[in-house]
Amino acid sequence: MTIAPQSPTEVAPTDLVTVSVDGIEVRVPKGTLVIRVAELMGIEIPRFCDHPLLDPVAACRACLIEIEGQPKPQPACAIAVTDGMVVRTQRTSPMADTAQEGVMEFLLLNHPLDCPVCDKGGECPLQNQAMTAGRGTSRFEEEKRTFEKPINVSAQILLDRERCVSCARCTRFADQIAGDPMLELLERGAKQQVGTAEDEPFDSYFSGNTIQICPVGALTSSLYRFRARPFDLVSTPTTCEHCASGCSLRTDVRRGVITRRLAWDDPEVNEEWNCDKGRFAFVYTYEGRIASPLVRENGELRPASWPEALDVAARGLAAARGRAGVLTGGRLTREDAYAYAKFARVAMGTGDIDFRARVASDEEAQFLASSVAGMPLGPTYADLDRAPVVLLVGLEPEDESPIIFLRLRRAAQKKGVRIVSLSPVRTRGMDKMDAQWWACQPGGEAVALRQIAENSADTLAALRQPGAVILVGERMAGVPGALSAAAELASSTGARLGWVPRRAGERGALDAGALAGLLPGGRPADDPRAREEVAAVWGVEASSLPTGGRVGQSLVDAILGDTSRAEREEERHIDALLVAGVEVADHERAEDLRRALSDVPFLVALSTHHNDVTEVADVVFPVAVVAEKAGSFTDWEGRTKPFSAAIHGAQSVADGRVLAMIADSMDVTFGAGDVASLRAEMDRLGMWTGARPAAPSVAPAASDASGTVALATWRLLLDAGALQEGEPHLAATARPTEALMSSETARSLGLGQAGSVTVSTDHGSLELPLRIADVVDGTVWVPMTSEGSRVLAIGASHGTRVRVTGGTA
Amino acid sequence: MPELPPAVRGFGVTFATMFKKVVTEEYPEQADRYPPKPRFHGRHQLNRWADGLEKCIGCELCAWACPADAILVEADSNTEEARFSPGERYGRVYQINYLRCIFCGLCIEACPTRALTMTNVYELADDNRADLIYEKKDLLAPLLPGMIPPPHRMVPGTTEKDYYAGKVTGSVPEQEPEGDSEIWYETQEPAVREGRA
Ligand code: SF4
Ligand code: SF4
Ligand code: SF4
Ligand code: SF4
Ligand code: FES
Repeated sequence: MTIAPQSPTEVAPTDLVTVSVDGIEVRVPKGTLVIRVAELMGIEIPRFCDHPLLDPVAACRACLIEIEGQPKPQPACAIAVTDGMVVRTQRTSPMADTAQEGVMEFLLLNHPLDCPVCDKGGECPLQNQAMTAGRGTSRFEEEKRTFEKPINVSAQILLDRERCVSCARCTRFADQIAGDPMLELLERGAKQQVGTAEDEPFDSYFSGNTIQICPVGALTSSLYRFRARPFDLVSTPTTCEHCASGCSLRTDVRRGVITRRLAWDDPEVNEEWNCDKGRFAFVYTYEGRIASPLVRENGELRPASWPEALDVAARGLAAARGRAGVLTGGRLTREDAYAYAKFARVAMGTGDIDFRARVASDEEAQFLASSVAGMPLGPTYADLDRAPVVLLVGLEPEDESPIIFLRLRRAAQKKGVRIVSLSPVRTRGMDKMDAQWWACQPGGEAVALRQIAENSADTLAALRQPGAVILVGERMAGVPGALSAAAELASSTGARLGWVPRRAGERGALDAGALAGLLPGGRPADDPRAREEVAAVWGVEASSLPTGGRVGQSLVDAILGDTSRAEREEERHIDALLVAGVEVADHERAEDLRRALSDVPFLVALSTHHNDVTEVADVVFPVAVVAEKAGSFTDWEGRTKPFSAAIHGAQSVADGRVLAMIADSMDVTFGAGDVASLRAEMDRLGMWTGARPAAPSVAPAASDASGTVALATWRLLLDAGALQEGEPHLAATARPTEALMSSETARSLGLGQAGSVTVSTDHGSLELPLRIADVVDGTVWVPMTSEGSRVLAIGASHGTRVRVTGGTA
Repeated sequence: MPELPPAVRGFGVTFATMFKKVVTEEYPEQADRYPPKPRFHGRHQLNRWADGLEKCIGCELCAWACPADAILVEADSNTEEARFSPGERYGRVYQINYLRCIFCGLCIEACPTRALTMTNVYELADDNRADLIYEKKDLLAPLLPGMIPPPHRMVPGTTEKDYYAGKVTGSVPEQEPEGDSEIWYETQEPAVREGRA
């Protein structure tokens, strides 16, 4: 269990008080809780309700101790020390000892003691503390209170009310930390129980944390139910692969299969919390994996041996040297992304590489090169805590980076940090963070930022205060001029600028050079010194390193051999592609990319699962999922968090090793491609210290009013993402797929206040239920990639003009 | 008396032995004549309730207690379609590795439901290792008259407490599977049945 984060500043000696615990005098900061003092001294006081990150309630009374001068025993978890206090714990005070035994006997009166069928058995604070602080026998002979067991408080979480000790940890978490107070303590006395309102299940994005902090087995998850005992599990600290929040997790593996994941303690990042996606979305690691290399023969993929597949891949890629492209996707570890970046330049002789399998733009590439790639740590989570104001630009933290959401919520509530969110929708998440809604049409963010001086003088003044932070979200890549405007605003006000991608591997891939125009460490690919540095480490001639390269749209055009482009004349068309774990459907021009992939003469895919890429690939190599390999992820702050493999002895190989083997078959000097050597190379290279390219200065696009309504969209935390597959209980707790509109807009379109709407473009339409919400007028919001709402598939994205009609099209 | 040569004296021993009572036991021909003592620790057995449901709840306490790490248990949830034991939980996978077991009996002491006991069966030799890992089907007690093979529902109107209180004394016709519960089990992929999925 963590000690609550200490403030980094030294405590002034005047704020120290002297207390005596069990006859030992210590000096501790004034206001420290007695239970914390005892903890620091290594004295263990039993406890259930106490949690260092939740406000004290003294609900369970397990921690009773004696304080000199007080006639009755007192709860150690709720009493702050005062100067000269004399505390006696159960070790020295018979009064405390008897009181604790009495409480334990009382807590066990109605406890079913069904440990053999309880998931907590073997790691249960109640079991343990009943042994250390309880009596061996009970005097209770009457019938125990019973409840129906178990009941669902959400699809994922089961509640066994008989086991609950009414500690209120879960309810306090829901209320204080997550801000989703759907869990409540109901009734009184022996009938006291945790529950939810009938029609409102505990569908919080953070609900899984309550299972972890419940000190008994009252809350369990559908996914882990009855799957293991603690002694079956091999636990490994890991870093979450689902988003760029960078949570530390613990992965528990039984016989080579992940059975559960827990939030692990990183006081600088996720504290002890995480989101349900990180906790429950791991079924993909063992379902539907590709078993062996595959080679296409007569139009069909057939299993092949590694040497054969390597040989085919090597010949194909060597033949297309200089006319090849690489798409890595945003899910790779930092080391693997680096391996692709190096492989592209050294073995494939190309600079055409892009990690962004999503809406992306050249402006964004330039922004990343100037303001993000290879930059030192910061702004950090701690900076959010300390900031006078945090401006969110096109970022919905609850969906896109849940730990930022938790931090901002706490910062706003405990420290009064002011949060302003520039967004077309006023969301529940904003209310939970007490954020100020700065409404703006989708696509109008760039203009809004440019006009900030006129529109919002107080925001401007706030941003000028030292420590102010601007966070821009992934969707701003699709709004021309938005990133330029954000960078400009940051430099003119002095606010710190943070770029918050959604995917866990994006920042790492950027720093590793998996983006055309950038060499590892954020080095500009056309800077002579940067080229020298990289060439020296790679053991190649600097002149052999490709300069620039194409990204995003132009890369797709290049693959398609789009004749309207100048590249065609320069014979810079692409004859071979190397693609890592990329979901074609996530790409901005999914249809074009799909066509490009089937058109390209030679396609090599490295993938864990079958997808649209492997379907048309010429050679497919199976690779390890994150849990099977060591590596590291760099979170949005720029903090790199290494981890080791959670599943030991897996047969699968990481991307880096596969690339090294292909390079070997091509007779290219590449290195071993294992994590240690890739890391060593990256460390030798370090980050770029020289001049950076200028920030982009793209003008906002003129607003185009060809449709009736502007579309606002982003991806929900729980959606149709590939890594969430196979977990129906998790999916059932996702937000409903619905379209949001203001009542004004709905009326002007002649729609009712409910019913379904059809959102259409020239390429297709979506039909969703309508809900009236706080949305800026003239705008409709729909989830980007949820079941039944695939925005990219109808050729739209954030800011596109669409038509909205009532009912079915 | 002059000493006989040692070789001849040796034959004397041989000759005398021919008239002594034979102690050799004719195993395996007459194995039945020599049953083990009643509390001999032999092969384990997974017991059933009187209606045929399994007593094992998959709690893994036996596996935890085992000093030789010979037991592997994987539990699962009983469902309305497929119930193997009374209550929420049953042992989906149950294996005892007789290459490891030292017949100490700590497992049967740990078992909270008396699902696991030891029989007197001691004939546990084989010519390969794989067959010495006994699966649940090898360890389950035989179905006695009046028992229905699970999966099937509990005796209507009872709860698991009634089972533990000894109130269930046999199966009733309503418990006969209505066709599909058994089929459910049979149609599962072997990997699901054996708990590898
Ligand atoms: S369910 Fe668990 S965490 Fe919640 S009040 Fe009961 S014992 Fe405490
Ligand atoms: S917040 Fe992000 S990093 Fe943390 S557990 Fe959730 S998905 Fe993983
Ligand atoms: S008898 Fe002893 S060694 Fe054998 S399975 Fe039981 S506990 Fe393990
Ligand atoms: S045999 Fe007994 S101890 Fe072992 S899992 Fe089954 S019920 Fe638990
Ligand atoms: S831990 Fe102190 S009252 Fe619960």
